[in-house]
Amino acid sequence: MKAKIIITPKKAVLDPQGKTVQNALEHLGYQGVTGVHVGKYIEIELAAGTDPEAARRALNEACHRFLSNPIIEDYRLELDPAAA
Amino acid sequence: MHFAVIQFPASNCDQDCRHAIRVLGHEAEFVWHKETGLGAVDAVIIPGGFSYGDYLRCGAIARFSPVMQAVQEFAAGGGLVIGICNGFQILCEAGLLPGALVRNRDLQFHCEPVHLRVATHDSPFTCKVPAGRILRIPIAHGEGCYYADAAVLSELERRRQILWQYCDADGNLTESANPNGSLLNIAGICNEQRNVAGLMPHPDRASEEILGSADGRLIFESMIEALLVSRESSTSET
Repeated sequence: MKAKIIITPKKAVLDPQGKTVQNALEHLGYQGVTGVHVGKYIEIELAAGTDPEAARRALNEACHRFLSNPIIEDYRLELDPAAA
Repeated sequence: MHFAVIQFPASNCDQDCRHAIRVLGHEAEFVWHKETGLGAVDAVIIPGGFSYGDYLRCGAIARFSPVMQAVQEFAAGGGLVIGICNGFQILCEAGLLPGALVRNRDLQFHCEPVHLRVATHDSPFTCKVPAGRILRIPIAHGEGCYYADAAVLSELERRRQILWQYCDADGNLTESANPNGSLLNIAGICNEQRNVAGLMPHPDRASEEILGSADGRLIFESMIEALLVSRESSTSET
């Protein structure tokens, strides 16, 4: 089983990296880009047979305490029980 | 006075901090991050550097080091704790100080002297700074942009927890004097109880004239003065 965690800067927090990438995209001629947000992707491999609900609870806690900083970041947790 | 200087893997201002305290005629010893106790110390310095390679977020991993539990307890008991640069980031991650430090507005690493206005002298970290004195102290960081939501910022202002703000040479809080985009030009703050402070500039790198400025000394001297006062008052009580 695999857990996929996507962490992005909160909308209220200055995201100079996203802004710079957006400017570069515009520079390269990609039109219609109205926003870019650069975040992090974390993939966690879990032992086979792990209970998905228990894993979700534990990982949500880990995201809140450690993997993301709720003051400046949002996260999205996805569990893929079929992934090896 | 005895200062503990915490060492994490990739702390790199630990020597500077110890030296700055010794120059003032006081004791400073290193405490390795795997220690579970601080020993008999009067104050704690969390120095600058790149603890754990700044992996995940600056300070995010260091805050779970065994020694940080001891620092939490020391702070809860009213002990003086100062975090400098990466130390400030660690204290924010640990929840000992409100807010967070994010990438500099221009994405550049800034290594330069800045001017600081002391927003209040009512703290153990600023009490010895002469009124009206603008400090000149270097910064060296890529993630020093202070962020907190509007509610936290107004509480910081109301409780006078903002200790240092980036300013120009005349003390004006201008946008151009703000090196990293920090909200309210915040360079450093303290907690509500006023015994834990963090700042991005390096007083440890400005504690002797030969380094270009000795203004940083005033911050450590403030801590020493506050410790002396509290020691005297506790002696007179017993």
